[in-house]
Amino acid sequence: MTKLPNWADIVLVPLVSLLFAAIISALVLLAIGQDPVAAMNVMVTGALGSPYGWGYTLYYTTSFIFTGLAVTVSFNARLFNIGGEGQAQMGGLGVALVLLSLPVWPHWTVALVAAALGAAAFGAAWAAIPAYLQARRGSHIVITTIMFNYIAAAVIVYMLVDVLRPPRQMEPASARFPEGAALPTLHDIPGLSLIFTREVPANVTLFIALVAAFLVWVLLWRTRLGYQIRAFGQSEPAARYAGIDPFRTIMITMLISGGLAGLMAVNNVMGEAEKLVQNSSEGAGFIGIAVALMGRNHPFGVLVAAFLFGFLYQGGAELGLWTTIPIEMRIVVQGLVILFTGALDVMVRMLLARLFFRKPPPEVAVAARERA
Amino acid sequence: MTTNPAIELRGISKAFGPVQANSDINLRVERGTIHGIIGENGAGKSTLMSILYGFYKADAGEILIGGQPVAIPDSQAAIRAGIGMVFQHFKLVQNFTVLENVVLGAEDGALLRPSLAKARKLLADLARDYELEVDPDEVIEELSVGHQQRVEILKALYRQADILILDEPTGVLTPAEADHLFRILRGLKEQGKTVVLITHKLREIMEITDAVSVMRRGEMVATVTTAETSPEQLAELMVGRKVLLRVDKTPAVPGRTVLEVENLRVSDADGVERVKGISFSIRAGEILGIAGVAGNGQSQLLEVLGGISPATGTVRVNGDAIDLSGRHSNGQTRRARGIAHVPEDRQHLGLIMDFMAWENVIFGYHNDPAYQKNRLIMDNAGIVREAQAKMKRFDVRPPIPTLQAKSFSGGNQQKIVLARELERAPDLLLVGQPTRGVDIGAIEFIHQRLIELRDAGKAVLLVSVELDEILSLSDRIAVMFDGRIMGERDPAATNERELGLLMAGIAGEGAAA
Repeated sequence: MTKLPNWADIVLVPLVSLLFAAIISALVLLAIGQDPVAAMNVMVTGALGSPYGWGYTLYYTTSFIFTGLAVTVSFNARLFNIGGEGQAQMGGLGVALVLLSLPVWPHWTVALVAAALGAAAFGAAWAAIPAYLQARRGSHIVITTIMFNYIAAAVIVYMLVDVLRPPRQMEPASARFPEGAALPTLHDIPGLSLIFTREVPANVTLFIALVAAFLVWVLLWRTRLGYQIRAFGQSEPAARYAGIDPFRTIMITMLISGGLAGLMAVNNVMGEAEKLVQNSSEGAGFIGIAVALMGRNHPFGVLVAAFLFGFLYQGGAELGLWTTIPIEMRIVVQGLVILFTGALDVMVRMLLARLFFRKPPPEVAVAARERA
Repeated sequence: MTTNPAIELRGISKAFGPVQANSDINLRVERGTIHGIIGENGAGKSTLMSILYGFYKADAGEILIGGQPVAIPDSQAAIRAGIGMVFQHFKLVQNFTVLENVVLGAEDGALLRPSLAKARKLLADLARDYELEVDPDEVIEELSVGHQQRVEILKALYRQADILILDEPTGVLTPAEADHLFRILRGLKEQGKTVVLITHKLREIMEITDAVSVMRRGEMVATVTTAETSPEQLAELMVGRKVLLRVDKTPAVPGRTVLEVENLRVSDADGVERVKGISFSIRAGEILGIAGVAGNGQSQLLEVLGGISPATGTVRVNGDAIDLSGRHSNGQTRRARGIAHVPEDRQHLGLIMDFMAWENVIFGYHNDPAYQKNRLIMDNAGIVREAQAKMKRFDVRPPIPTLQAKSFSGGNQQKIVLARELERAPDLLLVGQPTRGVDIGAIEFIHQRLIELRDAGKAVLLVSVELDEILSLSDRIAVMFDGRIMGERDPAATNERELGLLMAGIAGEGAAA
């Protein structure tokens, strides 16, 4: 009854949060003696001012869609899968092992399907262990998934140094993937090549990400499994009452979540690097958490939020390239966006509620009193 | 002095967004009286009292205490004005002693010892004057609910409250404890204190109050002298139409045995035995009522039968044993055996509050092939249609399947659960606290549905802490105390006093019957 209208909840709250983040970022820039307007200019032009910039922005967006969806699926079951990073890295290992298993691939579509299966399987397997520990032993999934990120990083280093590294190569990386395994970039796609006149990292995986977002939506809101996942997430006792098996739900949810995080490797390892390197996911797993938070744990929200973070990533890189602003500024801006859209969400909501009703809603008022 | 009422409210209004919780409320509570405030859930009683206690600020109107206009911006101001409040859910620190709780927030100085000594003396005086005996050195969590409530009253009196507001004070008490509370309140009244009693129980109003104000939909519809009114008149004022207070039913015609429970034992997560070997049976076409104060094993009994928690012993439904280990059974396998369950805690078990009504209407039955479009996709549109029809048949207001469960009132939430569980025509219905937090109009409806189910030849296990409800619905009554069945009684041949003694664990004459 005193809820914000839907449109305000979906559109206004994130926009106001972003505005706050932008204001504080500007203040930080002023504090280090930089011109915020000029910086904003560099970011927008760098990320969205040219097809080349778009090519990078969309590349990052693709990665963030996958990790954002991974977190969204698990959050809907109230399983805080913080392990997207490790699962994405293991997904990369899956891609590498699959693609290196043949000397040459007949067609990129075949390679894509095989690599995607490998990526999803490895990501899911990496999520399965914390899921089992949570479901059977009650080990908190936040703790175990975080720890599994470190283990994943160590496993990758071992695999790269001792197993996958070709003889006489100094760099800890796998061999280049064989012929026929390269994915078409947006530049290679008929029609789009008119826009993307140069080679860009964004590739066909973008379309897979869009399809994945749609499928996640179908899963969560149109299937029985999604119904059970959401019910379990809302209330575990109620789920038991309804006969929803907690063990099964936790396992399946985490397998899907890990699989989605693993799929990200198709974009960066197969589509861009074309070999497995150390730290291939570059923190995208963690950004997925922010993307899911900002996207309100809804696949379509994730698409928008992933694009925003893609923009920040690419824009921030341009800052480092063209200005004297340190590239770390990009982390500050991301941090502020996460802070305002995620952690301070309730504050923004209360502010808006005050504007809308000129009185706080009773729940908020009561909560505030009880805290006082 | 006597002409000034203890509390006078003039034109109090309060809106939350578009909802007018209180509109133009006028109220006079005379000094030295017990004043009842009665109304259905959502009638605005709690909002009004929250304004009086400084939790909310009224949009309009003024508050006079003892004839003086006062501003009450927070609860500290209310305490200074001499108002004390005993909430429905106690606000006590569980691992502090009685004395520490009483003094908490009202210490005289930086050192605790003098305050405690002073409080100890005062507590002794209060205990003597008002039958408010509590051991001052006992830790709160060791106390019974009735004693905890006394501590809340003592807290208010320690802060020199002249006006005591009690919100639904008897909901958690045995009949004997409630009687004791009423003696305390009468003693306070004799000492010139003013008591405001918020309740939905007409019997209490009739028993103890001097005057009663009735609220309906945010308005004060009447204030009457208790001696000049009747429960029927009050009920009509509350609901706005004539209400049937008694349940009309014909004698039960019991058939074959549906449920047999033998030596059932249940331990909770901490390994404490909560149900200690109980046996009973229910036949088709009868309602077995389980009476008892909350927390004596009834909840565990329902959860075990509903497939939520494991137990040992034997339970047979229609002659076949059901799995109690919890390994091969859950709510769903129970439903397959013809057991429907309306849980005690509908907000945590029976419903998903953030789900829409239509999603809740299939909750637990979501695997039914009728709800699937194909192997993967659910038939959402079909479910919404069915939900709407069910909501209409069960008079859920408003009958809009796309509203979230949490936006319905307690009574309508309960009707959504009932619509789901009853329309499946189960052989056995488990129902816990069917009318807790439900308004009078809906109580009548729910009771009629339960009787209808019984008359259709189904077995019903009714667990309720409302003795009135047990007495008017049950064909047999079993009383649970400390995990055991203290005795079984015929509702026609027993009374509240006898049941009250059993509920307190005192086996009377012929308890083994």
